[in-house]
Amino acid sequence: MGQYADSWRSGRTMRRAQAAVPEQSLAARLQRLGRAMWKHRWYYFLLIAPLTYYLVFRYIPIWNAQIAFKDFFALKGVEGSPWVGFQHFEAFFQSFYFSELIVNTVIFSLARLIFGMPIAIILALAIHESRFLLFRSLVQTVTYLPHFLSWVIMLGLLLGLLSPSSGLINEIIKAAGGQPISFLTTPAWFRQVVILSDIWKETGWSTILYLAALLGINPDLYEAAAVDGATRWRRIWHISLPGIIPVIVLITLLRLGNILDVSFQQIWVLYSVPVYSVGDIIDTWVYRSGVLDFQFSLATAVGLFKGAIGLILILVANQVAKRAAQQSLF
Amino acid sequence: MFRKDRDERGFQLLVNGLLLIVLLIIVIPLWRVIMTSLTPLDVYMRGGTPMFQWPWEWSFAAYEQMLTHPTFPRATLNSFIITLCGTTLSLVLTVPLAYALSARTLPGRRIIISLILFTFLFHVGLIPTYLLVAKTLGWTNNILAIIVPPAVGVTNVLVMMRFFEGIPEEIKESARIDGANDLQVLWRIILPLSKPILLTIGLFYAVHYWNEFFTPILYLNDQNLQPLPVLLRNILIGQNFSEYVDYDVSRAASIESLKSSAVLLTMLPMVLVYPWIQRYFTKGTLLGGVKE
Repeated sequence: MGQYADSWRSGRTMRRAQAAVPEQSLAARLQRLGRAMWKHRWYYFLLIAPLTYYLVFRYIPIWNAQIAFKDFFALKGVEGSPWVGFQHFEAFFQSFYFSELIVNTVIFSLARLIFGMPIAIILALAIHESRFLLFRSLVQTVTYLPHFLSWVIMLGLLLGLLSPSSGLINEIIKAAGGQPISFLTTPAWFRQVVILSDIWKETGWSTILYLAALLGINPDLYEAAAVDGATRWRRIWHISLPGIIPVIVLITLLRLGNILDVSFQQIWVLYSVPVYSVGDIIDTWVYRSGVLDFQFSLATAVGLFKGAIGLILILVANQVAKRAAQQSLF
Repeated sequence: MFRKDRDERGFQLLVNGLLLIVLLIIVIPLWRVIMTSLTPLDVYMRGGTPMFQWPWEWSFAAYEQMLTHPTFPRATLNSFIITLCGTTLSLVLTVPLAYALSARTLPGRRIIISLILFTFLFHVGLIPTYLLVAKTLGWTNNILAIIVPPAVGVTNVLVMMRFFEGIPEEIKESARIDGANDLQVLWRIILPLSKPILLTIGLFYAVHYWNEFFTPILYLNDQNLQPLPVLLRNILIGQNFSEYVDYDVSRAASIESLKSSAVLLTMLPMVLVYPWIQRYFTKGTLLGGVKE
């Protein structure tokens, strides 16, 4: 995505160059700007609907977020409700669920990074190395499919495996003489189910970026290494892996920047009251306290807190990416 | 040479063995649901494991029950309406935005892109949007609440913008010399050239709308408006099962078969368009760089 940033930044450089011309008066520049805008009048016409959309559905919610600092009453509306300062934030920081929500959210994010990513890399390397082309594309087709399934369908598939009465895994446990386990409602098992089902669903799809990077490696390198007598393993270690390290760095930074973003839909579909303590994440809590318990201000404060931390993290990650990989994340 | 060949063979065995294991891990849950949906009630009652039984007896009773009761077809229709209207609206907003922003000389372009990127990086959470849609606009029980708020995706705008930027300026210029304005250039010259990207981005949006189940639960209380994924969720967690099928009247399929058939029927449209999706999505994702 670094290209976008470059392409729109070039506009800035151009304008600086124009501003540097000394003899232009303010009036002349305004005139030029007016002419340029008139020349683009149809482009502005095209922008009317999309920008109205952005104003209403993206910026009014940001305006509405002020209720995080207010006591929101539906009758008084967003503007009319009284200001209360950071009261809701303090209430959140001091509550017992603060650490619980942060811990759960970060655990799910880090698990995805620590377990999901190496599996995706290994899968990408295996696909890349396989010489059975038909089998290889079959594996790709099948492993990409789950990415397009919604989490409700995933729930259906998981129940087929995990349901205590009829799930495949529980039937195996029963056949082996064990007691069936209610995986989705047992706190000791819930996190594993969330992490593994996410890996099952997304690993195939996430190989795409690694495969593209692997295809970009100069084949001469492999040939030269083969001539020098390097084994397959050494070629993977010394050519393939270094070739995809930039992608690995970028994805790691992006994941760290989005560490507070766990699939809300996944948790919301899978969790239930018995596993709130190990499964509740910031977003699901915001939904419950805001929409179900009508604590609009408190829920907005928590959402805003998450948004602010998320913004800082992704901007820091972006700076690091620019330094480390000369690439912009967005 | 001999040792090398043996190395290579061992290596390929390992690599493809690994791929086979991955393949099985993905296929087994799907296989399980397919077999459960087809297991006849009497086999199920005998305690047959609906995966390994042989000879296979199967019945489509579960599918019949699902499709003959009005609830499931109605939810399917709702899903198609939401997907069709949503995708159309998304493209109607995304294409002009991406096209206007692809003009590098457009005054104010940088500011607009920054404003759009900002909404991409800074989220204020669910509640402020919920207040807007449910309270200010009053779209409770209105499918506009499902269709309009998620209509434009920043990543899709940027991918399409990149594509438009790649179209040579000379093509647009020659049309302008013939007296066409920028709208006509977009309609007559650019869009016909952009079919692959329109299809890719359109499919992105369509998959999103087809899979969406949370906003319908949030904004639609009327059961008659619920799309397929919401119905599927209700079926799976077993709320009021008799509302979805004539369960007591003809006990031709087990509850497990009914649930499984509902899962597969919901998946079916996605699986049917999947061959196209896969081809275009791979390209689209690579165009979009590392962003998901």
